Amino acid sequence: MDWQPLLLTFKLASITSIILLVVSLPLAYWLAFGKFKARGIIEAIIGMPLVLPPSVIGFYLLLAFSPSYWFGAWIENLIGLRIVFSFTGLVIASVIYSLPFMVYPLRAGLQSLPLSLQEASFTMGKGRFETFYKILLPNCKPAILTAFVLTFAHTVGEFGVVLMIGGNIPGVTKVASVAIYDEVEALNYTVANQYALVLFAITFAILLIVYSINNRLLRVRQPA
Amino acid sequence: MSILEGSILAVTGPSGAGKTTLLRQIAGLVRPQNGHIQYHGKLWLDTNSKINLPTQKRNIGFVFQDYALFPHLTVRENLAFGLEKGTDAAIVEELIDSIELRQLADRKPYQLSGGQQQRVALARALVRKPDLLLLDEPLSALDHSMRGNLQELILKFHQQYGFTMIIVTHDLGEIFRLANQVIVLENGKIIKRGTPSQIYLPAENTGNDLVLYGEVLTSVIYPDHILVRALIQQNIQELKLPLHMESDFHPGRSFALRYALNMADITLIDK
Repeated sequence: MDWQPLLLTFKLASITSIILLVVSLPLAYWLAFGKFKARGIIEAIIGMPLVLPPSVIGFYLLLAFSPSYWFGAWIENLIGLRIVFSFTGLVIASVIYSLPFMVYPLRAGLQSLPLSLQEASFTMGKGRFETFYKILLPNCKPAILTAFVLTFAHTVGEFGVVLMIGGNIPGVTKVASVAIYDEVEALNYTVANQYALVLFAITFAILLIVYSINNRLLRVRQPA
Repeated sequence: MSILEGSILAVTGPSGAGKTTLLRQIAGLVRPQNGHIQYHGKLWLDTNSKINLPTQKRNIGFVFQDYALFPHLTVRENLAFGLEKGTDAAIVEELIDSIELRQLADRKPYQLSGGQQQRVALARALVRKPDLLLLDEPLSALDHSMRGNLQELILKFHQQYGFTMIIVTHDLGEIFRLANQVIVLENGKIIKRGTPSQIYLPAENTGNDLVLYGEVLTSVIYPDHILVRALIQQNIQELKLPLHMESDFHPGRSFALRYALNMADITLIDK
């Protein structure tokens, strides 16, 4: 069996999830506690990937990054990389597509903490960043875990966006979900089944481990 | 309003009067639309000139109604969190001893009882040796005996560290035990101010009368008297009262009964 598609899938999911975690923490904090008027618009934008058909996102990204469009040409000149039909393009598309899956659980986790925790930290002379890092985050571990897992799983399952912007190039952008589709189209049900089973088993194992950790974290927090 | 340095001010009033809001404004957690707060000659807030010193820079301690202990840190770590870099950590151990939790210093808040958590919250607010200590109904969740112990502790700390203190409370006993000055708020305005005696001791109380204040729980009419069960100073007492008082003694009504005392009739019972 060709392991390439599976390796690509997990590589894509890992990189996307880590990038999103870094990007989403400040975003979630800002959404949770910031006071600003454009809140409705920002939330709508972040939530778009939840409702928009993935092929739409993929299509617009394809257009935007295409070298025959001014933006795509500019990017290519800037970083010397062709985004379309490349792994980098997949990462960019996945980050956009999975954004709400990381931001929303993180925001919910932050908002579920009593405001007095932050305020207590302020009265002890700690600024917003230190409070976020030392007080809020450590008490959001289940939310962070959930956000990460949802994002990871969601990226593993991507099909439409990936196909559009990736172009199904073996070893570069042919991820497992696309490979399965390909094999089914070519009537290679055995191969398709192999990919599908491995995906199923690995994602199940990941979820199992993650939720056991989560339960242990939650049990420790039970009142005496 | 102004507060004398080193004194204890109680802020009281009905729910929704704005007591907690006032405290939070002094702490800098909430900004009023219009206001001016000055501390030791330093301007903390002036809405006219858009000055607003952030909470972090006002040297205050705040005890929250829900304690706000950090769940992921131990007692000791909760206290040490407030320490500034370079300051001596001895104050942490000193406070742990004062609140008598040396044995439990490595426990997390969820492993402590309500009274113990309250003590930690109080100690934590004092780690930075603040000049101003603000308390938001800190003892309202505790039972009566716990409350007494903690009031003692607050007084002890006040004597030891000499801070100015503002406490929001409903409890009349607390006001009398702790406060030098009281302000009563209603709908966001100060309607009364003075010492606890000035506000709560009625003027007509002449020296030798005993006045019992209580609340009627039940009232049963008998042929020649009414039998009233009342809550008087946290105790339930049964009183036989003349029939003509029936209209004043319905359940839920508060009352005051005055007894003239004859000094000659009073003896001391030695326990």
